Amino acid sequence: MQLDKIQKREQLTGWMLTLPALLLLLLVFAYPIGQAFWLSLFTKNLATQLQPVYSGWNNYVRMVFDGRFWETMQNTTIFTCVSVFLELLLGMGIALVLNQSFPGRGIVRTIAILPWALPTALMALAWAWIFNDQYGVWNDILQRLGLIHTEINWLGEPSLAMMAAIAAEVWKTTPFISILLLAGLQSIPVELYEAHALDGANPWQSFWRITLPLLMPQILIALLFRFAQAFGVFDLVLVMTGGGPAGATETVSLYIYAMVMRYLDFGYGAALIVVTFLLLVAAVAIVSFLLSKARNSKF
Amino acid sequence: MSLIQNLKLVHLPKSKTSNYSHLLLSVFVLLVAIFCLAPVLWQLLTSLKVNADISAVPNVYIPKRYTLAHYTELFTRRPFLNYIFNSALVSITSTVLCLALGAPAAYALARLRIWGEQVILAGVLIVTLFPYILLFLGLLQVVQALHLGNNYLALIIPYTAINLPLTILVMRSFFQQLPRDLEDAAKVDGYNIQQILLQIVLPMTVPALVTTGILAFIFAWNEFIFALTFITRESLKTIPVATAQLGSSSVFEIPYGAIAAATVLGTSPLVLLVLLFQRRIVQGLTAGAVKG
Amino acid sequence: MANLELRNLNKTYSSKVVPVKDISLKVDEGEFLTLLGPSGCGKSTTLRLIAGLEQPTRGQIWIGERNVTDLRSGDRNIAMVFQSYALYPHMTVAENIASSLKLRHLSKLEIRQRVTDVATKLGLEELTQRKPSQLSGGQRQRVALARALVRQPDVFLLDEPLSNLDALLRERVRAELKQLFKAQNTPVVYVTHDQTEAMTLSSKVAVLYNGNLQQLDPPQRIYTHPANRFVASFVGSPQMNLFVLSCRDNAAWLGNFPIPVPLPTVPPQIVLGIRPENVCLARAEDTHTIQGQIYLVESLGMQNLLSVRVQGAPELTIRALLPAAWQWSDDIVKLTLSPQSLHWFDAATGDRLF
Ligand SMILES: Nc1ncnc2c1ncn2[C@@H]1O[C@H](COP(=O)(O)OP(=O)(O)O)[C@@H](O)[C@H]1O
Ligand SMILES: [Mg+2]
Repeated sequence: MQLDKIQKREQLTGWMLTLPALLLLLLVFAYPIGQAFWLSLFTKNLATQLQPVYSGWNNYVRMVFDGRFWETMQNTTIFTCVSVFLELLLGMGIALVLNQSFPGRGIVRTIAILPWALPTALMALAWAWIFNDQYGVWNDILQRLGLIHTEINWLGEPSLAMMAAIAAEVWKTTPFISILLLAGLQSIPVELYEAHALDGANPWQSFWRITLPLLMPQILIALLFRFAQAFGVFDLVLVMTGGGPAGATETVSLYIYAMVMRYLDFGYGAALIVVTFLLLVAAVAIVSFLLSKARNSKF
Repeated sequence: MSLIQNLKLVHLPKSKTSNYSHLLLSVFVLLVAIFCLAPVLWQLLTSLKVNADISAVPNVYIPKRYTLAHYTELFTRRPFLNYIFNSALVSITSTVLCLALGAPAAYALARLRIWGEQVILAGVLIVTLFPYILLFLGLLQVVQALHLGNNYLALIIPYTAINLPLTILVMRSFFQQLPRDLEDAAKVDGYNIQQILLQIVLPMTVPALVTTGILAFIFAWNEFIFALTFITRESLKTIPVATAQLGSSSVFEIPYGAIAAATVLGTSPLVLLVLLFQRRIVQGLTAGAVKG
Repeated sequence: MANLELRNLNKTYSSKVVPVKDISLKVDEGEFLTLLGPSGCGKSTTLRLIAGLEQPTRGQIWIGERNVTDLRSGDRNIAMVFQSYALYPHMTVAENIASSLKLRHLSKLEIRQRVTDVATKLGLEELTQRKPSQLSGGQRQRVALARALVRQPDVFLLDEPLSNLDALLRERVRAELKQLFKAQNTPVVYVTHDQTEAMTLSSKVAVLYNGNLQQLDPPQRIYTHPANRFVASFVGSPQMNLFVLSCRDNAAWLGNFPIPVPLPTVPPQIVLGIRPENVCLARAEDTHTIQGQIYLVESLGMQNLLSVRVQGAPELTIRALLPAAWQWSDDIVKLTLSPQSLHWFDAATGDRLF
């Protein structure tokens, strides 16, 4: 009886404190996803007709035969996998360097998180400028080094444009991974390395037998975040290449955006959103599963 | 102190190899710094060059003449002051709102035993992974239904929401580290729950609020897709969108100098934040991602 | 002024975690009660129940004529000192001390008067404008005490207030605490796992174990008449010797040596307890003597602690405190168990028999 009263009061206070945030989250996250599921069952195209018409699985069937959709899927997958892989390698390297002690470490650590904090759209402009075919500094450097003799149109060639976009993405988001990995590195007790060194191990062996296994949770978390974000890449590609040339860098999100904003095909756009969402959920589920396994095996 | 000295002693044994590895380390450090800074510096340099130098082939690395013309152009020929104001207003308002909604929720999730806590936490965690492209269509319809198009609220509301998950996770991990005894002592002293929150917990929370606020501000300032979609009136645009559209606005020649200047302007508040609060940003990010 | 009474208090977190099973006790005005027990035995939980920081599952708490079981913590007029001191880090020392008075809407004048009084009493006058982070551990502890004393509450609660001080300081503050609370005519409940604190400070000691009250007595009696085997083994250092022995011919047999059992009916098995300080070198006229082989001598400074294997039962080790001056030539030693210091416990229940 008395217990109930106190607990009820606590519950009530708790809910009063949580509810506003929860409602806003529902409005901005849950509602749009739910709405997309619903809308994907309709044909709703503002360009051709006004009233939405129920059309069942039509939009999904259409997707199966939509070559452009599959191309964007492929582009997105390549973009995501290559950039996340490179970021992980580079991020690990940077984290290892930043974990050493050297004069000016504080300032270098500050510099190393800078790219992450800057607006993607603006830095995409900066990278487009770097890869500019006539005035770009990248071409200039390569020419001065004698590696190329004529200017390369980085953003005008399909495979090169993808490389350029990946380079910009890697630059922009590697800091995020290095931050997480550096925090992980700092939490590994020095004694472990000392004990291992007394056992006769060299730094290379210590890296594989101590650093990497103990860093696994951080690596997987970084992978999880980066994978989801890279899969939804939008600003960077839109600003740098606009999806071109000839759709070579068009990612799923650019396609969805064009479907809704340019072709005004809301129904099909919603179906694209649903499929992207489900793919993402599946990928996240797999990584989370690996994560929980890594965590369990550690303790 | 003595502990630190002890640790150093372990690392001290110096030899030829250590000199060699010192050199190697310096090279790596230099590479990291160049890698992270070069694109930003290049943009800064471009923004200060005269047009002839910008379009010179081969490139000019050390210009003889510097100019602020590209910056003045932004303010005289374009409403750039307006864009800065819009970005600042939207980011600051949404950050404050986000803290005001998120911190109490985080406190409840950390301290009070509420029903469905695990579900809420899991939901919050998953939601941090959503790319915004999945949300924009549904939000567009909400914005249309509420007639919020070309209204600051169309950005403030989603920006508040997209920063809530991180805020809740970071603040919750902070509240969990806060010693419970303080709140108990306050209860025994006779504070009621509102007084405890406002007079005891809040003052101790200020550092964590600053940390989270900085992160929320960065995310809001940098947001692109909602700003691009929900705001079409020129005078309401934010810096990232306005700058991105600089290039496509002029038919004849792309104003590289102006774009570079706009980039520098749009990034400088964030550069400042990073310089001042590097430590807090790192803390907040790791708390949000790792402990969550 | 009022007394404090706990009636059949129970706190059940889950069917497996029941830190307080059934505790009833009474603390009178001016009485200093110590809750003593190993860590995890439910001392803090009991204290938090009294303070109203946890709600009891069953039972009642009375302060004087008031049933406070359902009252909010702040309405019970209780002051508590926490192990971590729990000083508000953003308030100065003076603000910390005054915080509860402000909440009670006392006049500014009276608040200043009372804060000054208590600060003077505890030697904090110079520190009132500092923040807790600028204080040493001992000073923080004083501020926590001051914050409690200034309240003039109906009950004082202290949860291991000395455990964060270093050994020297702890001894000094212990003595001061005794003085301070002697002057207050208010019930004090003091939690500790340190028996020295319990012995020196309290007028009554409640030994807790497993969520139950094992014994409630003045400290001296806890020492001389432990109510059961647990209390006997927990109180006293070095620990009491406790042997499970078989009985034959009205005596319990410690190896080859019969120890007479002073009971009308002698059970087949019995637990014999004797403190090391009550085991002495045997003189010719002594009864209750045993003989054994010394295998370890630990020097404690003033005394030596001997470990002796009893003849006839090599698995039994008896420990004896002997004056450091004593020299031994032979490693066979003859000891006497002082008859009035023997404790007898039931082998099954552990309860005191004699
Ligand atoms: N809020 C709680 N929920 C569940 N179990 C608890 C809680 N608080 C304390 N306990 C358990 O109650 C037991 C007694 O704790 P406590 O009273 O703090 O012991 P101590 O005598 O050391 O002060 C411990 O086993 C502890 O784990
Ligand atoms: Mg305790």
